[in-house]
Amino acid sequence: MRLVRFCCAGKKMKIHEYQAKEVLRKFGVVTPRGIPCFTVDEAVRAAQELGGKTWVVKAQIHAGGRGKGGGVKLAKSVEEVRQHASQILGMQLKTPQTGPQGQKVRRLFIEEGASIRKEYYVGMVVDRGSQRVVLMASSEGGMDIEEVAARTPEKIHKAAIDPFAGLTDRDAEDIALKIGLPEKAVREARDLFKNLYRAFDETDASLAEINPLILTTDDKVVALDAKLNFDDSALFRHPDIVAMRDLDEEDPAEIEASKHDLSYIQLDGDIGCLVNGAGLAMATMDIIKLYGGSPANFLDVGGGASTEKVTEAFKIMLKNPKLKAILVNIFGGIMKCDVIAAGVVVAAREVKLRVPLIVRLEGTNVDLGKKLLAESGLPIISGSNMADAAQKVVAAVSGKQ
Amino acid sequence: MSILINKDTRVITQGITGKTGQFHTKMGKEYANGRNCYVAGVTPRKGGQSFEEIPIYETVRDAKQATGANVSVIYVPPPYAAAAIDEAVDAELDLVICITEGIPVRDMIRTRRKMQGRSTLLVGPNCPGVITPDEIKIGIMPGHIHKKGPVGVVSRSGTLTYEAVGQLMEVGLGQSSCVGIGGDPVNGLKHIDVMRMFNDDPRTEAVVMVGEIGGSNEEECARWVKDNMKKPVVGFIAGLTAPPGKRMGHAGAIISGGKGTASEKIAVMEECGIKVTRNPAEMGKLLKSVLR
Repeated sequence: MRLVRFCCAGKKMKIHEYQAKEVLRKFGVVTPRGIPCFTVDEAVRAAQELGGKTWVVKAQIHAGGRGKGGGVKLAKSVEEVRQHASQILGMQLKTPQTGPQGQKVRRLFIEEGASIRKEYYVGMVVDRGSQRVVLMASSEGGMDIEEVAARTPEKIHKAAIDPFAGLTDRDAEDIALKIGLPEKAVREARDLFKNLYRAFDETDASLAEINPLILTTDDKVVALDAKLNFDDSALFRHPDIVAMRDLDEEDPAEIEASKHDLSYIQLDGDIGCLVNGAGLAMATMDIIKLYGGSPANFLDVGGGASTEKVTEAFKIMLKNPKLKAILVNIFGGIMKCDVIAAGVVVAAREVKLRVPLIVRLEGTNVDLGKKLLAESGLPIISGSNMADAAQKVVAAVSGKQ
Repeated sequence: MSILINKDTRVITQGITGKTGQFHTKMGKEYANGRNCYVAGVTPRKGGQSFEEIPIYETVRDAKQATGANVSVIYVPPPYAAAAIDEAVDAELDLVICITEGIPVRDMIRTRRKMQGRSTLLVGPNCPGVITPDEIKIGIMPGHIHKKGPVGVVSRSGTLTYEAVGQLMEVGLGQSSCVGIGGDPVNGLKHIDVMRMFNDDPRTEAVVMVGEIGGSNEEECARWVKDNMKKPVVGFIAGLTAPPGKRMGHAGAIISGGKGTASEKIAVMEECGIKVTRNPAEMGKLLKSVLR
């Protein structure tokens, strides 16, 4: 009962474009030829090795929209490859998905140029409604697909895939025709869709996107870009995919949290929240906002929090320079309130707490828990229920306490 | 009356020899009529043994045959949990409640496909379970916070369900049954299925429906309530302040047609006559205000 529902992006392992293409090629999906690089010299050598007359220099970061931020450039000579590579490598790339601070480019992908006749969109995702993997495609390739979905939903075509039958020839060809691929390219598109599904299924992917899929001037169907996310719950059976993880692309606080089996997402506010259960954690953020405060993070300590886990959670929250107060909201079921209280006391001492701490405990062994807090001698403010605790933490931050 | 389970339910614990399975079987056995309800356990290669006087069998089929059990609860580790559901479905139990968190989605897609056309119901996975207060508790919820009464509770979240129950108790209201349907994308009963059962249950007089961002289950349930529900329903949706960019990938947003935010869910629920509070501390009060 974790982050998945709150933040698919945070709980689904991501990989780079070049890695996604490597995976897809193993399943027979056609992509341009390309070579990943870490230095400008490597980029130049890659272009020479690939040959041809044009190359694309692509920044490799996990966020999408790289082209808009200047992270994807066409080169018409090896010299231009060198220029673009030195410009892009090391840059702080800002895209609509990175946030204002951008993301540092540490890896490049040098690809042979393609002659594009038309661009399409292809995606695959698990649909809650049908409880199936759904193939979706559109004639509006290369665009922001969310916008296409909002403005012209009739331009997105979908097919739910039976897990036993797999993607059928008929469904795959039907989608290819609906998005307007010419008759002579339909068989190639069908095979690409089917291979994409096999890749999705066999690697336990949670999301696949090819945007754009292109029809070349000689009528070939090629995945020009590729994005793959994976179901974290299934990573135990895919060590090859785990090996592709790039920690440079992840939030250090979130990495630290995941080491301790905590679900943490940093937000913009100043009130740290430590809660058990994702639903209650979201509700706690909501009630803080309702009373005029702003949450600094989402943090779910899960069902089996130990003293060590609570201490780590405090340390992670306190690394945030914006933090002005902490609200602990626990409804103890299996997790006993006295255990949590003991953890809070140890943590508060160990981290030398410098901000007001409001604790609301309810459920199993609540009286014992409250007694431990009261006898600790620590300046802990007790909240009698969720509303009271939220009001007190907001007051503490705004200095009305 | 109640929904899904009552004092006459007979339960098999799948994964009874694991630490979690042992702990919660013991808690369940100690709650209300639990001593009579928990009749069997299943762990492969441990058939013939027993736990807390509960006999252990090799397979669900054996356990059902020997004890007449009609419901199972699953505490099997994630890599094997979907197969445990399959086994319970093949043994034609009435209901399977799967507590296990972290089952690969691919496994659940196949399990749900196999369940098509079968009569077994599934609650979960990744859920707190089901309780009919003062009769039977199947799952990981704390029994002592509940009391028998007129309010049905259905929720995707664990601790937020306890929060709702705690608030009901504060205003003096007990519960007919509380169902945690779980938060996984591919699961068994939805809000709408549980709502139908509460509508048909003569002892349920009103329902608290707790939802969250993502998917469109709450909206589908709300539309059904508008046309069919004979009892008052109140709700809360968690995640009003969840930042949109962090919510779901592009493709995920498309498939639901850009739907699934808390404000959209609340709007649909209110259009359908469900009173929704923005304050998660006021679920109990709100329910009390609509009770006749």
